Amino acid sequence: MSLTHYLVLAAILFAIGATTVLLRRNAIIVFMGVELMLNSTNLLLVTFSRIHGNLSGQVLAFFVMVVAAAEVVVGLAIIVTIFRTRRSASVDDVNLLKS
Amino acid sequence: MHTLISLTSPAVLPTVVEDVTAPVSWAGGQYAVWLVALPLLSAAVLLLLGRRADRWGHWLGVLASAGSFVVGLGLLLGLLGLPAGQRVHDVHLGTWLDAGALSIDAGLRVDPLSLTFVLLVTFVGTLIHVYSVAYMEHDAARRRFFAYLNLFVAAMLLLVLADSYVLLFVGWEGVGLASYLLIGFWNHRTPYAVAAKKAFVANRVGDVGLLVAMGLLFATFGSLDFATVEAGAASGTVSQGTMTAIGLALLLAACGKSAQFPLQSWLGDAMAGPTPVSALIHAATMVTAGVYLIIRSGAVFTAAPTAQLVVAIVGAVTLLFGAVVGCAKDDIKKALAASTMSQIGYMVLAAGLGPIGYAFAIFHLVTHGFFKAGMFLGAGSVMHGMDDQVDMRRFGGLGRYMKITYFTFMAGWLAILGVPPFAGFFSKDKIIEAAFVPVDGQPWRAWVFGCVALVGAGLTAFYMSRLFFMTFEGQKRWSTTKDGAEQHPHESPALMTWPMIVLAAGSVGLGLVLSRVGFVEWLEPSVGHAEHEEPVLAIPLIIGLTLLAVVLGLVLAWRRYAVTTVPVTPPLGTALTRAARVDLHQDAVNDALLVAPGQYLTRSLVYGDKAVVDGAVTGLGRATVGVGDLVRRVQNGYARSYAAVMVVGVVVLAFVVLAARG
Repeated sequence: MSLTHYLVLAAILFAIGATTVLLRRNAIIVFMGVELMLNSTNLLLVTFSRIHGNLSGQVLAFFVMVVAAAEVVVGLAIIVTIFRTRRSASVDDVNLLKS
Repeated sequence: MHTLISLTSPAVLPTVVEDVTAPVSWAGGQYAVWLVALPLLSAAVLLLLGRRADRWGHWLGVLASAGSFVVGLGLLLGLLGLPAGQRVHDVHLGTWLDAGALSIDAGLRVDPLSLTFVLLVTFVGTLIHVYSVAYMEHDAARRRFFAYLNLFVAAMLLLVLADSYVLLFVGWEGVGLASYLLIGFWNHRTPYAVAAKKAFVANRVGDVGLLVAMGLLFATFGSLDFATVEAGAASGTVSQGTMTAIGLALLLAACGKSAQFPLQSWLGDAMAGPTPVSALIHAATMVTAGVYLIIRSGAVFTAAPTAQLVVAIVGAVTLLFGAVVGCAKDDIKKALAASTMSQIGYMVLAAGLGPIGYAFAIFHLVTHGFFKAGMFLGAGSVMHGMDDQVDMRRFGGLGRYMKITYFTFMAGWLAILGVPPFAGFFSKDKIIEAAFVPVDGQPWRAWVFGCVALVGAGLTAFYMSRLFFMTFEGQKRWSTTKDGAEQHPHESPALMTWPMIVLAAGSVGLGLVLSRVGFVEWLEPSVGHAEHEEPVLAIPLIIGLTLLAVVLGLVLAWRRYAVTTVPVTPPLGTALTRAARVDLHQDAVNDALLVAPGQYLTRSLVYGDKAVVDGAVTGLGRATVGVGDLVRRVQNGYARSYAAVMVVGVVVLAFVVLAARG
């Protein structure tokens, strides 16, 4: 499999993730879009790491995973709290800062 | 322009000063400070102690004024003991301002002119203080009244004693302040407060004249004391244009303070003050300050014949103006005020005739101070007995109820008419004679001013007789007081009648006494000696014509206001009468010429300020708000739209980076 395949796959994954974030209202789904984008980036990191024979990209991918896991923990907690108070998980309802 | 040229070369003259006979030092002059200090201290004590001084404050005021009179009397005796040539003394009090090249000394000038004023102010002032003790008895603020009266006396004495224009200006402003405070003494009544403001503003206009004159004098002579200015003006090194400008500016100052045309409109309204104030400030003393200023600046006017002619014209115009207004006023105090204006017109006319008229102007000023103050006190006594009624159409026949007021007022009335041998005859007649003297060989001036003075004498006789007959003679036209109770006119208490009696004695005999003891010669060291010149008419003829005019006016007034019944409601009258009732439309003219354009100017300035200055500031604010409003719409609170913006931004950035590399 050539480099192009990896890159196109990563681009497709990133596009799907971005579209999900932009178009879906449900906060959980938006989160999944974010995860998809992060993972497409991971795919690129790993790909280039292997081509260049350099482990830095692999290490960075691990870092991204860890950060993503942490982000999910915090994010889900926030979403659950919002759902409890507002009975909704729609991101469009969360606009209280705009008076 | 002459003025500007001479402005660029100041300090030419101080060297000349040395040549002038320097005033001889005289130990007695040191006491002159107490003239000003006594009433000033008393005013300070009365104002600072407040209510604690309520019980005895008025007597302290009387005492301070009387004390000044005693000091003045002592100085008079001292001066009389010196030969005539050594009667001008400058008393140095110390350096007042010292800033580099500018050094101004404070000093008093004790000479026959200032001492004449001192004695007039303190003597009449003391009498009026005594009168006020009774007149203001029922006023809760009597102590404050006496504090202001003392303040006035101090300021007036400072004005006449100052040996430089700067110190004179302090007194000048002081009397203006005291006048304002006293006109508006009952300022809880809006018209009175307005009258006080009007007097203050009109005086301010005059003060601008004095300030300009002082500026010009300083630029020309480099100093403001009388000695330097007199020497400089007499040296003839200054251009006539400069001297004329200074003279006219001084005249403007005199017009403001002395209620001369065209700044005379405040005097009638100034009658809002308590009657003793009208007697002291607006008849006997303060309003004569303008005459004093002109005569004190005699050297300037001698060097500026044009300005001198204008002075005479202003005097002549005011003389007739006041007389015409006086003929139509029904308010006893306003009629007297118009008469004051007219009589000061006589003095200013005399002062405009040059050295020949100076002494007579002062002579008339002194006798006028007595008889006019006496008549004002008489008017106050009438008001006291008539429940503060001032409308002469509601008086009549009061002579039978107020004997003392009647006879004292009669003395003043005969004096102002110029009936021999009453005081006014000796002073006014001399002015009329002097007016008939041709100046610089110009007979037209003699004829014009002489005839104006003559007509003025007739008019004076008419309006003063009208006032006298309407008040004291004829049928009684009063029945009830303002609150409906029956009117009981009664004589005033002794504290009020005695000052009137003393002033009446002065009205009767002062003219004769002063002309016998050589009053004119006494003034010569100050005002200069004038050679006797022949008037265009023979002197006995002038006296005869004057008396004829007086008798005509008197008879006319007798027939119209004593023999026939005076209607209680004023008849429509001729167009002139109607105009004179409203001061010959003076206020309307002022409104149209000054007030309305002034207000238009301020309104347009306010508009300009709002539209341009405020507009720029508020416009900037509005623009900021508008831009913020536009930008705010982008912040819609939807997380997804922020994300979209970020995506678009990143994509655009990526394209830019790629394009830059490509």
